[in-house]
Amino acid sequence: MMDTKRTTFQNKWLPYVLLAPQLFITLIFFIWPAGQAVKSSFEREDPFGFSTVFVGLQHYARLMQDPNYLDSFLRTAVFAVAVTVISMLLGLLFAVAVDRLMRSARVYTTLLVWPYAVAPVVAGVLWFFLFNSSTGILPYYLSFFGIKWDHNLNGTHAMILIIIAAAWKQISYNFLFFLAGLQSVPHTLMEAAAIDGSGPIKRFFDISLPLLSPTTFFLFIVNVNYTMFDTFSIVDATTNGGPAQSTNILVYKVYQDGYLGLNLGSSSAQSVLLMLIVIVLIFVQFRFVERRVQY
Amino acid sequence: MIKKLVLTAAAVALSATTSLAATEVTWWHAMGGELGKKLEEVAQKFNESQSEYKVVPVYKGTYPETLTAAIAAFRAKQQPAIVQVFEVGTGTMMAAKGAVYPVYKLMADQGEAFDTKSFLGPVTGYYSDTEGNILSLPFNSSTPIMYYNKDVFKKAGLDPEVAPKTWKEVEEFSKKIVTSGAAKCGFTSAWITWVQTENLSAIHDKPFGSLENGFGGFDTKFEFNGDLQVKHWANLKKWQDEGLFKYGGPVGGDQAATMFYSQECAITMNSSAGRAGVINNAKTFTPGFAPLPYYDDETKEPKNSIIGGATLWVLNGKDDATYKGVAKFFSYLSKPEVQADWHQFTGYLPITNAAYELGQKQGYYEKNPGADVSIRQIMRGTPSANSKGVRFGNFAQVRTVVDEEFQALLAGKKDAKQALDSAAKRGDAILREFQAAN
Repeated sequence: MMDTKRTTFQNKWLPYVLLAPQLFITLIFFIWPAGQAVKSSFEREDPFGFSTVFVGLQHYARLMQDPNYLDSFLRTAVFAVAVTVISMLLGLLFAVAVDRLMRSARVYTTLLVWPYAVAPVVAGVLWFFLFNSSTGILPYYLSFFGIKWDHNLNGTHAMILIIIAAAWKQISYNFLFFLAGLQSVPHTLMEAAAIDGSGPIKRFFDISLPLLSPTTFFLFIVNVNYTMFDTFSIVDATTNGGPAQSTNILVYKVYQDGYLGLNLGSSSAQSVLLMLIVIVLIFVQFRFVERRVQY
Repeated sequence: MIKKLVLTAAAVALSATTSLAATEVTWWHAMGGELGKKLEEVAQKFNESQSEYKVVPVYKGTYPETLTAAIAAFRAKQQPAIVQVFEVGTGTMMAAKGAVYPVYKLMADQGEAFDTKSFLGPVTGYYSDTEGNILSLPFNSSTPIMYYNKDVFKKAGLDPEVAPKTWKEVEEFSKKIVTSGAAKCGFTSAWITWVQTENLSAIHDKPFGSLENGFGGFDTKFEFNGDLQVKHWANLKKWQDEGLFKYGGPVGGDQAATMFYSQECAITMNSSAGRAGVINNAKTFTPGFAPLPYYDDETKEPKNSIIGGATLWVLNGKDDATYKGVAKFFSYLSKPEVQADWHQFTGYLPITNAAYELGQKQGYYEKNPGADVSIRQIMRGTPSANSKGVRFGNFAQVRTVVDEEFQALLAGKKDAKQALDSAAKRGDAILREFQAAN
């Protein structure tokens, strides 16, 4: 056990006062709206709010019977796994590559971090143009391989498009954390291993990767959260959930039903479910995955 | 120095009081780009024409965004006096009786002259209650028409002055265009739901939904999975497979315009309000304008097409002075000169008979051939229960459903009958939800 410094407050109230701003913000911007969502998920209301009827679990029951909603679950899973895996693997690959560089590391780091500064909407639009079936450059090259790219009608193409756009943006973030993690791996360990005759690949798998596990764990949680919530604008800017709902991930469906469809009750129920899913995921990760992490 | 400060302060105070004297009327709208600029010019001119009221237009994004923003604002008691709502939001607005100040009532309360008959029939029909009272002021109404590329027609050996009249001709012409290599695709279309389903039904006098397309009440069901619509959707799929038709994308089908401008497709079907865009973008070719095609084995006399676009709704909860200003502004908007100017600039329909006549007197339609295609198409024949419009709650959601099923059809996952049946079934579920909430 390391020696811990403990500050004791003389004034009983001071810690609460110091905590208050943060608690206040959490209450106003998180707890209160979340509570409102839970409340309205049990109600049926007209858009203007003239009549509100308590309907209990009816919205939830309907959702569970709606094949489109259940499909959306599956699509979200595919999307979340693909984006997380792709962006973390590529982020790690780039980090390892840059970590080995001596002089130009800083230039590469700057360039690789750039996409993170791009807003999700812009990232979406960018890839949308690159993949535009009549004017985009990528479909032109793909046509040489006999692939007729059309994300307006082909659901798989549309899914690939949003996965690429969402992953591309997130690579920078993962790269930065992996690089910092790699740079904090003690040189003495690496040198000792090198002297003992293990090559760079073996050193990476036996030393760097295990030592990176806290970073990997942290990034995993952040990435799953990112795919569940932050990717809304990418979908909105490119596919609008289409074609035929093939890219209608959960967070977009909440928007579509609540905002465009003005079906507030069902939309609230969906956002409550989405919140529960993420809470469960994070719980599972902390409970089971964290045990294997070495700090 | 101090003297100067005091003077400026006094000047500021003075200017503040003069601007306070004018009653502000906020107007939330969804017109971006060129249309937005023109709209602001309309408000500005009204403000200059008198000093009592100041109309303040505020751009709130797309149509759905504007509607949702207005509803959220109403719930927070921060609503604007006037909000522009697109035609698919009509059902929602009409059901919200406590939120809306009907225009006919407003004009009567404020003593402003307001004659329902001075407006174009098909336009007012869409926005009136069952007693024939206009609930919202028609502002920008459009109807879909056909645009074609005269140069490509010439290249394909077709007469550039003759547009296809029927779907059979659209097919024949498209074949010629594609096989001669004049263009890669024959035709495309914006707004699949609005143009190729709602308007298709109206033109052929077929119901889109029960209870007079929803005009008769909330207890309505969709009937757009009839023979005609199935036949048309099956044709579109067939023509897509043959390379004659190209899909322009969901909702508004933004790519339809792009494919037409880049001369990839020789024909497109889109809102008459797309006219300004076509003229601006057709730099290297001459565009032609024509009515929408029809099936001549289904009908010999196609009915009027139905409208889209938006109207201005007045929201409850403002003071009397503001409503006085709204009424004055609405009278101003309905003036023939103002309407004709807006119509001629944008391609939206002239809302009043007087504005149309003014345009004729000015010789506008002779100078701009094709500008009255939309008006003549909407005025032809006597509107029937099937052609006076559609009115359903949560209709924006239904349109999304129809779009999705159309995509499933084009992707080969369903045939036309299955796609339309499924769209009607899913649409009915949305209608029941709306019925239960209202």
